[in-house]
Amino acid sequence: MKIGHAEVEYVAKLANLAITEEEKRRFIDQLNSILEYVEQLNSLNTDNVEPTAQVVYASEQDLGMRQDEPRVTFSQEESLSNGPATGAGYFKVPKVIEER
Amino acid sequence: MEAKNLTVARIKSLIERGEASAVEICQAYLQNLERLNPTIKAYLHTSPERALELAARIDRLKREGTPLPSLAALPMAIKDNILIKGLRSTCGSKILENFVALYNATVIEKLEAAGAVFLGKANLDEFAMGSSTENSAFFATRNPHALDYVPGGSSGGSAAAVASQMAVAALGSDTGGSIRQPASFCGVVGLKPTYSRVSRYGLVAFGSSLDQIGPIAATVKDTAQILRVIAGKDPHDATSLAVAVPDYLEGIEKPVKDLKIGLPREYFRAGLSEVVKNKIQAGLRLLETLGCQMVEIELPHTDYAIATYYVIAMAEASSNLARFDGVRYGLRVRGYSNLSGMYRETRDAGFGAEVKRRIVLGTFVLSSGYYDAYYLKAQKVRTLIKQDFEKAFEKVDVIISPTSPTPPFRIGEKSNDPLAMYLSDIFTITANLVGIPGISVPCGTTPEGLPVGMQILGKHFDEPRLLHLAHIFEQAGGFTL
Repeated sequence: MKIGHAEVEYVAKLANLAITEEEKRRFIDQLNSILEYVEQLNSLNTDNVEPTAQVVYASEQDLGMRQDEPRVTFSQEESLSNGPATGAGYFKVPKVIEER
Repeated sequence: MEAKNLTVARIKSLIERGEASAVEICQAYLQNLERLNPTIKAYLHTSPERALELAARIDRLKREGTPLPSLAALPMAIKDNILIKGLRSTCGSKILENFVALYNATVIEKLEAAGAVFLGKANLDEFAMGSSTENSAFFATRNPHALDYVPGGSSGGSAAAVASQMAVAALGSDTGGSIRQPASFCGVVGLKPTYSRVSRYGLVAFGSSLDQIGPIAATVKDTAQILRVIAGKDPHDATSLAVAVPDYLEGIEKPVKDLKIGLPREYFRAGLSEVVKNKIQAGLRLLETLGCQMVEIELPHTDYAIATYYVIAMAEASSNLARFDGVRYGLRVRGYSNLSGMYRETRDAGFGAEVKRRIVLGTFVLSSGYYDAYYLKAQKVRTLIKQDFEKAFEKVDVIISPTSPTPPFRIGEKSNDPLAMYLSDIFTITANLVGIPGISVPCGTTPEGLPVGMQILGKHFDEPRLLHLAHIFEQAGGFTL
């Protein structure tokens, strides 16, 4: 078993996910079977292999950096229009600073 | 005019000859939609007013005597992870149920300028994660050929809309087969372009090194014409490349003789369903009679592709989905006590099981102590898989395989076994890992009438050859309108 109760809780915390006890139980089984499957990668020797992060670019290719110029994209009103809680031109969030 | 089996060319000629107006064509497809969508559930939501407005613009051009643009009055379904300004873009997720797009994706700008008409937004697996469209938070889409079967996924709504005459064409997105596999399951054509060929600006990101937008249509020619419109460099997407966009229809009718077709030994063995194997072999015999030469090739790292793909795709997904936090857009639940509680409860309520599973696993493989063992390892194996294809393409022009190892499966059949669902992506994920283009073209049906698709893979930017071969195959096999 690669992942147990503690690992799922730790990773869920890193990912800002609250998961229920029932989900946790189900995930532990499913995640372990997926990870067990992934283990087969370890049978390959990759000592002298470079990792690939992006596929189609040769280093000499110019990806065309644009000029760093300010421009108007969205108005404040538009930017706030999908916010679940807004007011006075801001997004509202729960209080972050603790009272002493 | 009957709103059935129309194509880009037929629509244009109907309007040019005055046999139907753009508005009439649009209305006819909206009627199909109203009649069939309650059963097939291809669309999540529709935009008839906007569609009719766009169609009226085409009729104005006709009245003024202005030449019609290339996709004039083409009724399209757009996967709901591609933004259309002013319309909701839910990504099939509760977390974005009420999200309204503030801008058009670049592909939408380009299609609109080319005269296309958007009827609505098509269903998908939540955030494009899945192979059956059962993971949509709203409802599952049904396969128009057999209602108890899945349409494939994640672009299942897009493919089902085209297959059931609720649209003439559609856009999907493909991270591991999400255009090609539903096209195969629904008996239509689907193309995943070369990575960087089509701008991803306005596509909600899932796996940023894998995602591509592409067309789904009933014919290869329509697919080619849509690709020509949406392809090209976009200043809004730094990963799009300034490679010239050819006329994909040029020379498409020429014979295909002397083409070398690679058949990966690893793809035609156990695990491939007999009925799919038989259909593909019949297709290959047809290609031989057309003058193609079959060459057996090796892709030795095939067995590692699914593991590599899922580590990379889940890692990228866990990063991309961190932005959904209940602050700037999307859902926010009530009843939290502090900021981190708000994040956690919102994401718990907003994401479905498959999305959470991938976020948890993706976060795990990127976490301290596991990064080298999983993520870096997968990136290295990705290099080996890429080299397999580079070597193969030294010997052959294209590679052919089934699109999916099985015909469409029943709704519910695989939904409790994520690994079994992942394994069915074996033939499609490598194109995303390697960045090469792939097309799925119809290749007949099973005795039960379920569609089977053939996949053609090519070198980077070799879409002209894929479209050419697919067109000749669909015509010779009678697999088209």
